[in-house]
Amino acid sequence: MSGWALLRLHAILVYLFMFLPVGIVVVLSFNASQFGSFPMTGLSLRWFEALWHNEAIMRAFRTSFLLGTLTALISTTLGVLASLAMVRYRFPGKQAISTLLIAPILVPEVVLAVALLLFLRALGLPKTFPLLILGHVIFTMPFVILVVQARLASMTSHVEEAALSLGASPVQTFFAVTLPLLGPAIFAGALFAFTISFDDITGTLFWKPGGVETVPTQIFAMLRNSISPEINALGTVMIVLTVGLPLLGMAVARRVDSGRHH
Amino acid sequence: MTDSAVELSNIVKRFDSFTAVQRFSMSLESGSFVTLLGPSGCGKTTTLRMVAGLLDPSEGDIRIRGRRVNEVPIHQRNLGLVFQNYALFPHRNVFDNVAFGLKYRKVSKADIRQRVNNALELVQLPDLGRRMPSELSGGQQQRVALARAIVIEPDVLLLDEPLSALDANLREDMRIELKRIQTQLGITTLFVTHDQSEALAMSDKIVVMRDGVVEQIGAPREVYDKPVSEFVAGFLGAANIVDARVHELDGDNVLLQVDDLGMIPVPRARCPACAPGTAVRLVLRSEHLIVQRADEEHSHDGLYLSARIATVDYQGQAIRYFLHCGKHTLQALNMLDGPAFNEGDSVSLKVRHRDAVVLETPR
Ligand SMILES: Nc1ncnc2c1ncn2[C@@H]1O[C@H](COP(=O)(O)OP(=O)(O)OP(=O)(O)O)[C@@H](O)[C@H]1O
Ligand SMILES: [Mg+2]
Repeated sequence: MSGWALLRLHAILVYLFMFLPVGIVVVLSFNASQFGSFPMTGLSLRWFEALWHNEAIMRAFRTSFLLGTLTALISTTLGVLASLAMVRYRFPGKQAISTLLIAPILVPEVVLAVALLLFLRALGLPKTFPLLILGHVIFTMPFVILVVQARLASMTSHVEEAALSLGASPVQTFFAVTLPLLGPAIFAGALFAFTISFDDITGTLFWKPGGVETVPTQIFAMLRNSISPEINALGTVMIVLTVGLPLLGMAVARRVDSGRHH
Repeated sequence: MTDSAVELSNIVKRFDSFTAVQRFSMSLESGSFVTLLGPSGCGKTTTLRMVAGLLDPSEGDIRIRGRRVNEVPIHQRNLGLVFQNYALFPHRNVFDNVAFGLKYRKVSKADIRQRVNNALELVQLPDLGRRMPSELSGGQQQRVALARAIVIEPDVLLLDEPLSALDANLREDMRIELKRIQTQLGITTLFVTHDQSEALAMSDKIVVMRDGVVEQIGAPREVYDKPVSEFVAGFLGAANIVDARVHELDGDNVLLQVDDLGMIPVPRARCPACAPGTAVRLVLRSEHLIVQRADEEHSHDGLYLSARIATVDYQGQAIRYFLHCGKHTLQALNMLDGPAFNEGDSVSLKVRHRDAVVLETPR
């Protein structure tokens, strides 16, 4: 066998190893029987129904949505402003600040989680929902910044300068020119932030106040007791949300962008 | 006070320790077309951006219509700005692009429509209002950018290499078009280019810059015919520049001794301060050197040197020869009528010495 064929085989195995379990979870979530084993005895949506009636899970969903939405809102706003500063202005210490803003995705999440926890403890602050949001903002903002910065850098500042020369004040220029041109990138950044927050477990486990559960921590808690087929259904819903949302977002962004040309 | 629309006095621009523009002074008369010309990096854009208010000068004053504008932000300066890359608003159609500036002025809806249509007509794009910028060619986009800049009736029109992104043929058309519009509106214009033929063709006044310093300011003919420095002579048209020594003053002429080329008489007026023995530099423009057959008759208005063709550069209607003439390599740009000479031919080089320029300060 040639080296390339070996490499290809290896790649296929790695992908199988990663995606096969995911596929099995999805398939089993439609299984009619109580016990997750093949061959399946029949198709059914009963586990999804059970989810719907499970108060703890629905509460976790609501918490995750709220957390994800607020995280997306805050980290997008801050991320857009930070990107503007990084791309459009010159100031001392810019390089250091730029690195610092991106750092949270370079540091292992556990380290970040423990560090923030210890920091809160040192300050004598109790764990609260706003602090959980703050934690999520810290590690979702780099994604917003990366996406928005890339777009800004590809946009010359000449369009903004043209607007200024025509009599629009800097604030008017921002709303009339910069923001619309950044629109798709901001949207993509916000979706990233939402999905990452929605998906997160490590940081959330460390930071969440007692009694608050998000979907991932809820799954984690449920797994400790038993392996219920409900978890498969929940997993399927999570996959649809975290894969589907960004895809949907990208499709919308593309439409908006191409609509611009007609 | 003179009728100057823009006045720069002693402008200096430093970026950290680097000085991009050094003691720059000039004035733009109302309605005139002034060009900043110079090689890449000489500070043209920096100067233009200071007039626009996009950069603050480190020193010096900028006045627009007599008002000092150093502290006036760009959106209050009433300027038209056109860039090399058009910089249209990609999310707005042509009409809205042109109308943009009027929306920030107290202009009624009906007037906006009227003025935008007039502007689009002026740039010869009357029917394209509904198109998006991405649906236009480069030339059309630049016309829209121009319409957008002039519709607000700016005090000054600032153009930073607006033609450089267009291909050669279109560039010539646009150049004529731009000049027509400028003349028709009588709008004061500051134009930046590194293309000497654009500068010569369009300007009332050319400011030749080098390394942030003004080398010469003058009408196109003036900077072309009477360059004050070797740099200006070399930058505007291809020039041959050789070392010479003043041999003697001979009536209305000065006889210059050039190694290998012999004695070249030039009019005294070209070299008022020449004294015998002074070292000078002699500028012979390539279009003032005419290549002839070696056996062709000599006329009395020229000086003839024997030379050999080293390289031939065919350019369509014209031809550029590089010739060996003693130790010198000279270039001659001739209109082409009849057969061209070939490499290695021995020819006679006619020098129109009355057109020669003498630089009295050797390098
Ligand atoms: N923001 C800046 N910071 C530091 N140096 C700068 C800055 N802007 C321009 N310069 C320097 O100033 C000099 C003049 O630049 P400028 O853009 O005015 O040149 P130019 O004459 O317009 O050249 P070109 O024909 O290439 O556009 C250059 O050496 C450039 O590197
Ligand atoms: Mg420039």
